[in-house]
Amino acid sequence: MALSLSWERAEPKFTMTPAIELIGIDKRFGAVHANKDVSMTIAQGSIHGIIGENGAGKSTLMSILFGFYAADKGEIKVKGQPAKIKSSFDAINLGIGMVHQHFMLVDPFTVLENVVLGAEGGRLIGPALAKARAELTRLARDYELDVDPDAIVGELPVGLQQRVEILKALFKGAETLILDEPTGVLTPDEADHLFRILGQLRDQGKTVILITHKLREIMAITDHVSVMRRGELVATKQTSQTSVEELAELMVGRRVLLRVEKGKAKPGAVVLEVKNLTWRDSKGTARVDNVSFTVRAGEIVGIAGVSGNGQSELLELISGISKPTSGQIIFEGKDIGILGDPRHVRQEGLAHVPEDRQHRGLISSFDASESGILGWHYDESLGHGFRLDREAVVNRCQSEMREFDVRPGDPLLKSAKFSGGNQQKIILARELKRNPDLLIVGQPTRGVDIGAIEFIHKRLIELRDQGKAVLLVSVELDEIRSLSDRILVMFAGRIMGERDASSDEREIGLLMAGVSKDAA
Amino acid sequence: MANARGELPTWVDIGLIPLLNLFIALLVAGLVVLIIGENPLEAMWIMLKGAVGSIKGWGYVLYYATNFIFTGLAVSVAFHAGLFNIGGEGQAYFAGLGAAIVGLSLEFLPWPIVIPLAILASILFGAFWAWIPGYLQAKRGSHIVITTIMFNFIGASLMVYLINNWFRPVGKMAVESREITGAYILSFREIGLQFFGVRLPSTPLNLTVFLAVIAVVFVWYLLWRTKLGYEIRAVGANPEAAIYAGIKPDRIIIIAMAISGGLAGLMAVNEVLGVQHRLLLEFAGGAGFVGIAVALMGRSHPVGIVFAAMLFGLLYQGGAELSFAKPLISRDMIVVIQGLVILFMGALEYAFRPTLAAIFANVED
Repeated sequence: MALSLSWERAEPKFTMTPAIELIGIDKRFGAVHANKDVSMTIAQGSIHGIIGENGAGKSTLMSILFGFYAADKGEIKVKGQPAKIKSSFDAINLGIGMVHQHFMLVDPFTVLENVVLGAEGGRLIGPALAKARAELTRLARDYELDVDPDAIVGELPVGLQQRVEILKALFKGAETLILDEPTGVLTPDEADHLFRILGQLRDQGKTVILITHKLREIMAITDHVSVMRRGELVATKQTSQTSVEELAELMVGRRVLLRVEKGKAKPGAVVLEVKNLTWRDSKGTARVDNVSFTVRAGEIVGIAGVSGNGQSELLELISGISKPTSGQIIFEGKDIGILGDPRHVRQEGLAHVPEDRQHRGLISSFDASESGILGWHYDESLGHGFRLDREAVVNRCQSEMREFDVRPGDPLLKSAKFSGGNQQKIILARELKRNPDLLIVGQPTRGVDIGAIEFIHKRLIELRDQGKAVLLVSVELDEIRSLSDRILVMFAGRIMGERDASSDEREIGLLMAGVSKDAA
Repeated sequence: MANARGELPTWVDIGLIPLLNLFIALLVAGLVVLIIGENPLEAMWIMLKGAVGSIKGWGYVLYYATNFIFTGLAVSVAFHAGLFNIGGEGQAYFAGLGAAIVGLSLEFLPWPIVIPLAILASILFGAFWAWIPGYLQAKRGSHIVITTIMFNFIGASLMVYLINNWFRPVGKMAVESREITGAYILSFREIGLQFFGVRLPSTPLNLTVFLAVIAVVFVWYLLWRTKLGYEIRAVGANPEAAIYAGIKPDRIIIIAMAISGGLAGLMAVNEVLGVQHRLLLEFAGGAGFVGIAVALMGRSHPVGIVFAAMLFGLLYQGGAELSFAKPLISRDMIVVIQGLVILFMGALEYAFRPTLAAIFANVED
């Protein structure tokens, strides 16, 4: 077998038949070459990490293994036997299970009902449920996977929902478990617990494939790691014989600065003051609960927290997309909360890089130049009165693209065709070019490649050093810690506490999980 | 990687796919003709000859196309705002009321004043009839598809009542108004005779066709060269992003529907002021629905709509000739073809895409 990377695995522990072999997998989507001749061997009873930037092709590769896509070329072997995987049904029969990034669970069903879903085995549900109950008890005992079988899935916290996904796969007889970015939604504590579970799965002879872009996770629990870059497999390493720096370099293809270089902040006057801000959703639940803080000129204030703890709602309130239920948002002395109108808020001198690039930040069917004026399209410089001067729009985009090094630098290309990083640069250019006094920015580097991350971080620091105020919301704790001058931690809609940038990561992690000594 | 559907070159997307869909629609229609017991190729030839084989044929084709351009543009403007306005029929019909009220009551004014006023009234009445569903959609969440269908029925009933009880001259049997003499838009035949001494064949083609050209340019300019057009397209493409940008989707929905209805209303100018010179029952004659097919086929772009409207004009005129020459084939055949085009353009739009995408991906290799 012509496996280019077989020399990597010399250890006798893994000499048995590999669990999965991918040989020469090739997949194109139109012009995009998502997987280029990828060959990979996953040893039985190991945790194998696949790391790479967004768009590197790792999810595509796993989707091929799980039968979502058919490879254009290549072969898959499961336990040494050639396998034809045409659908996820085939994959499950071959003992492959997948835990998706976005859970595939039926919220109103109980844990038990979810687990048997797709494996009912007959017209009557009763026997399957009884069998599942016994099986769940066994799995809980063996792998520390305790979940109440009669709980309603929709009411469980995310960490437990993920466990249900794992249970579902195991119940269907999965020998190999694929996890796609499993820690994105977890607190550090929950992630630790997940890793313990994965370790136990491995010890019992299961094989785990972990897709992630977090280097720390790879270092913490994997036995082997494969690095993908632009559709190609660049290397497979034994985790114990590599380092974070080496992996990062392999991912990007060059050495990158993981730390952001910045001087000390020189905070000036208060630019934004949020006072007792509360927002209730239609069910009356306070999603933002009595939040107060200030942002001063010349500083970056970071809001850390696990996704879904009110950060998104907070951004929407400040940017005027939604109106506060109570409380005030005072921007340069004016209460902008009562405006509840993004356009007026913008005119006051506030710029907003939204969390959700695809759905908020730009319009994917518009060309780049049109997305590049979103929110500022009414500006007189883009055409007098009702007119929209196409030439001015395109020229503006052209110069912004040059300044922010957007590639390809074509203002007429559809926004959807740019990579995540370049889309983010288009948005950042649009918001920064108006010279705002306050920039609020959500998940600035989500789904953005490392090269662009560096660029975006540098820009944010520059903005701060120009004496502007920046409010940064991110679920990436590393990002918050390296950029912010002060860190606020949000949990369940409330600010759990404030820390400075140098404070202990564990302490912030505890706050993110809602454990606090100084909670109000 | 995100787009599993595959990207196609633009000319395939806006050129080849519509033509392919049309071809398949004609093929299936040909099968129907075959089942009826006629020769499809002969039928096709008669249609083509009847439509573009004579000046008279062309006159009819352009006359039909005028109607379809208005209704097609109407559908497309709403479509760009993410709305499916299938009430063009009712809006055009209701607009006839405006044309007739102005045309009949302001007859004492000279034509350069009364004609623009009548056109304006058509636009306003059509716009009003679309504004109500637009308002209900924006403020009450009533689905635009349901409300516009309902407004077709409401409009139809209302018009029957009004024409019968208000407009029908005493003692006249036919359910129609008296002749509109002031706001009289000349036909090409009349122009030829009066100004050039040329005898053109008798067709309903009139000066409104130039209004259609203006409408085409207007819609293009509105959508791609004004801030309002930008906002309309933004709301249609991505309401979330539009809200982020400070655009109020409610407002845009109402405005876009009013513009859409106004465009549909222009159809009444062609029919009431240009052809019939009176308000009569059901003068819209299904053109509002054809507009949906036209907009779909023309990819909601004004230029595409012109071509699609011409094509449907050709089908209509050719179909009339065909039913005349072959009594076995009724005019309903055109409705069948039209339905098939809608089926292939709308419902099965993506039926051929994957295959084409695969072919073109291979070609590029």
